[in-house]
Amino acid sequence: MPPPATQPNVRVVTLNIDGRDLSAREDETIIEVCRENQIPIPSLCYLEGLSIWGACRLCLVELAGQGRLLAACSTRVTEGMQIQTNTEKLQRYRRTIVELLFAERNHVCSVCVSNGHCELQYLAQTCGVDHVRVPYRQASYRVDSSHEMFRLDHDRCILCTRCVRVCDEIEGAHTWDVMGRGTECRVITDMAQPWGESDTCTSCGKCVQVCPTGALVRQGTSVGEMVKDQHFLPILARRRHAQ
Amino acid sequence: MSTPPKITVATTWLDGCSGCHMSFLDMDERLIELVQQVDIVYSPLVDTKTLPDHVDVGILEGSISSEDDLEKAYAFRKHCKILVSLGDCAVNGNVPAMRNHFKLADVVDHAYRDTVTVQPQTPTRGVPALLSLVKPIHGVVGVDVFVPGCPPSADAIWYVLSELIAGRMPDPSSVTRFGA
Amino acid sequence: MNLDDLADLAEQYRAIDANVEREVRVCMAASCQSSGAAPVMDALLAGLGDSKPACKVKGVGCMGLCSAGPLVSIADRDASLEESTLYRDVTADDAADIIASLDGPPVERLRCPTDQPFFARQQKIVLENAGIIDPDSFKGYVAVGGYSALIRALSEMTPADVLREVTDSGLRGRGGGGYPTGLKWSTVAKMPATQKYVICNADEGDPGAFMDRAILESDPHRVLEGMAIAAYAIGANKAYVYVRAEYPLAVERLQTAIRKAKRSGFLGNKIGDTQFSLEVEIRLGAGAFVCGEETALMASIEGLRGQPRPRPPYPAESGLWGYPTLINNVETFANITPILREGGDWFASIGTERSNGTKVFALAGTITNTGLIEVPMGTSLRDIIEVIGGGIPGGKAFKAVQTGGPSGGCIPAQHLDIAVDYDSLKTLGTMMGSGGMIVMDETSSMVDVARYFMEFCMTESCGKCIPCRAGTQQMHSILDRLAKSQATRAELALLEELCEVVQATSLCGLGQTAPNPVLSTMRYFRNEYEAKLGDA
Repeated sequence: MPPPATQPNVRVVTLNIDGRDLSAREDETIIEVCRENQIPIPSLCYLEGLSIWGACRLCLVELAGQGRLLAACSTRVTEGMQIQTNTEKLQRYRRTIVELLFAERNHVCSVCVSNGHCELQYLAQTCGVDHVRVPYRQASYRVDSSHEMFRLDHDRCILCTRCVRVCDEIEGAHTWDVMGRGTECRVITDMAQPWGESDTCTSCGKCVQVCPTGALVRQGTSVGEMVKDQHFLPILARRRHAQ
Repeated sequence: MSTPPKITVATTWLDGCSGCHMSFLDMDERLIELVQQVDIVYSPLVDTKTLPDHVDVGILEGSISSEDDLEKAYAFRKHCKILVSLGDCAVNGNVPAMRNHFKLADVVDHAYRDTVTVQPQTPTRGVPALLSLVKPIHGVVGVDVFVPGCPPSADAIWYVLSELIAGRMPDPSSVTRFGA
Repeated sequence: MNLDDLADLAEQYRAIDANVEREVRVCMAASCQSSGAAPVMDALLAGLGDSKPACKVKGVGCMGLCSAGPLVSIADRDASLEESTLYRDVTADDAADIIASLDGPPVERLRCPTDQPFFARQQKIVLENAGIIDPDSFKGYVAVGGYSALIRALSEMTPADVLREVTDSGLRGRGGGGYPTGLKWSTVAKMPATQKYVICNADEGDPGAFMDRAILESDPHRVLEGMAIAAYAIGANKAYVYVRAEYPLAVERLQTAIRKAKRSGFLGNKIGDTQFSLEVEIRLGAGAFVCGEETALMASIEGLRGQPRPRPPYPAESGLWGYPTLINNVETFANITPILREGGDWFASIGTERSNGTKVFALAGTITNTGLIEVPMGTSLRDIIEVIGGGIPGGKAFKAVQTGGPSGGCIPAQHLDIAVDYDSLKTLGTMMGSGGMIVMDETSSMVDVARYFMEFCMTESCGKCIPCRAGTQQMHSILDRLAKSQATRAELALLEELCEVVQATSLCGLGQTAPNPVLSTMRYFRNEYEAKLGDA
């Protein structure tokens, strides 16, 4: 005779995404369920293993009966949800958001060390952004090459804050943060001093690996040479959670 | 049996490295097939020196950096039914637009004076005046097809032309991307 | 302490000034001070001296007609503003004449009639004490019946009774959204938690809005009392007032009020000798508009960068440091005391079907009577602008009024007869907002108006989400080119598309509503946009 079943703490719900009936634990978010089921949802700030940021707005989905769009990364599933992830309207919004990103800084893919390995570049292609309709902002930023191993290029930064979060939540150093408001925002190390002079940076390089673009890269890399490896993150996040 | 009329194609390069035209030539033996379906009526690759009044497809490489680029872009828009931006410089400014972060005078000084040791001087005669801001083609005239890439591969150019020859609007996102 | 004890205390405080028959009330709120009220006050004090023991010079809060400041009213004790003799544009040199008039005829050259519609057409609930009591005097507040609602709640009502009264009143959040206050309170009250917080949002940032500032400067105890009642109703023992640092006078008066209320046992430990305790702390905002958004405000209180986070979870569920938190704005809390005193049904009988009570509006722009007014919900916009506000000065024609600040929209002349409430404004493509009304005459360019508000949103964007950060910048650059007659029709179409995207995809209210001024000026004044096209 099997031992009596223990009452589970978390219930399972069923929901419908893009016409597919799916089941999910009620503590999962829409984006987690989509990733599990190979339903592609574009995202830039979301990264498994880091806290939810909800800022890139690319993972917005439509929920039946709800006027406002929902961010798939920050919305938990509920019983009976009817979700559309790729409507014509969502595609149009996503294209515009990606265009806004390209126009905001100086993303010249052809001479970027992350060319061919960049999440923004990949998103532009999958969202069908073959040109940018809004004018380029033409702001100029300085490259911070003061760190002996890594380099920061604000021109490629999309302010997803993955570096800020991984440094704070996984490495525990909180070297990175954001300063300024609006389009004047930029990521900084410590109190906006050169990265190489940071007292808190442990040179672990996690920020470089989680950076979706060519903003944070290894020194000495040339065009297209910077390939990032993010496999460590869910493993570390799980172990940290288990502690 | 009559052969279908060939479509006419005009190309030129503006502020770019002409790499997209080299990629065009990289179509290799497919060029022979292409020549049976299109007439290249104006291009750096052929001898004609004037743009005909009516062209089916105009292809522009490079960005708008000078008065001359501007004139050519206007002329292409005026005379071509379909205008194609070929390559990243045409599509988004790319490398030529990297000077936009500096003042034009500083850029010219840097190129012709600061870094020149023998007789530094800024050329003024016989060269078109530079614009203060480098723009992609669609920053000055309407563009119908965007083919990003630095340069777009021969396959991508072949795909775009084949679709246009067949009378369809191509979707280059399926074959190329920024920086490809 | 029960109500009788409080009544005794009030009587005791009233006896202090028993011999005073006439009061010389000098408005010492920020707007009158900025036009020189302090020297007037000094001159009156010095001039009066001990010569007339039955007369007293008293600094009071806002009397409303800011454009005529400094204002001084001569009133019998306990008399309302309308019953008093009001003097406008008073200078220190006028002090002698005013003092001389205390036992004689009024100084006609300074008279500001109080039977004019600006005063006569108002109905004061939130501002009932403003301009009458000394905001720095705890005793003065108790003497007019202050803290009786709190003591009554603590001694005679259960938290559920309080919730029912507030729910019955139909009060809706005065900060802009108009969320039902009773529902919000009940939600937080139902959350099982060991710790809960109450926050008063006094981060009033809309250009041209100064309702909350005036309330805090005129009657700070009323806000504290409302907060204490809320804390009792939801089970909180810690409260924060988040005030912008640009309101130094409001902060100072609030600090004084908290100190005095605490010393007298109306805040702090075991309030009114009951088991209920409430610590109130002031947190200063550093001037970021987005910190008026509740999640950004809480981040700021926690010491983090002032930027919003996705909702849900809503603050009612997970707010300050993850605990259930009730956030209301200043005017909402200021409505609580009269609701408990007169009853929810009384409050519900004022105003319109779905918007109850009164609303304080700040009239600004090209309007004769700039200042603060309080009218019942449902008052027509024409009454507010033409009758109470006195219309447009200089014989110019009215063009539009902007409500809701940078999140709202404009209302053109053809809709002037609308009855102002939450829902009617929404149908016109604008919103109530916190109550700022900026009146514009025929000389205003609506493209310039849209550009101004977009510039505001662009510089106030926190930079967290892409559509707001980059979208407002792009929209502003198009509006800027439009204003200079450089933009093309294609750019105008792009502007409209950006409006849609930013509205639909932004993370918080700031971005979601940033396109509103553009959309509403385009809706009513599209011809002005067309006329500005460079390729027209």
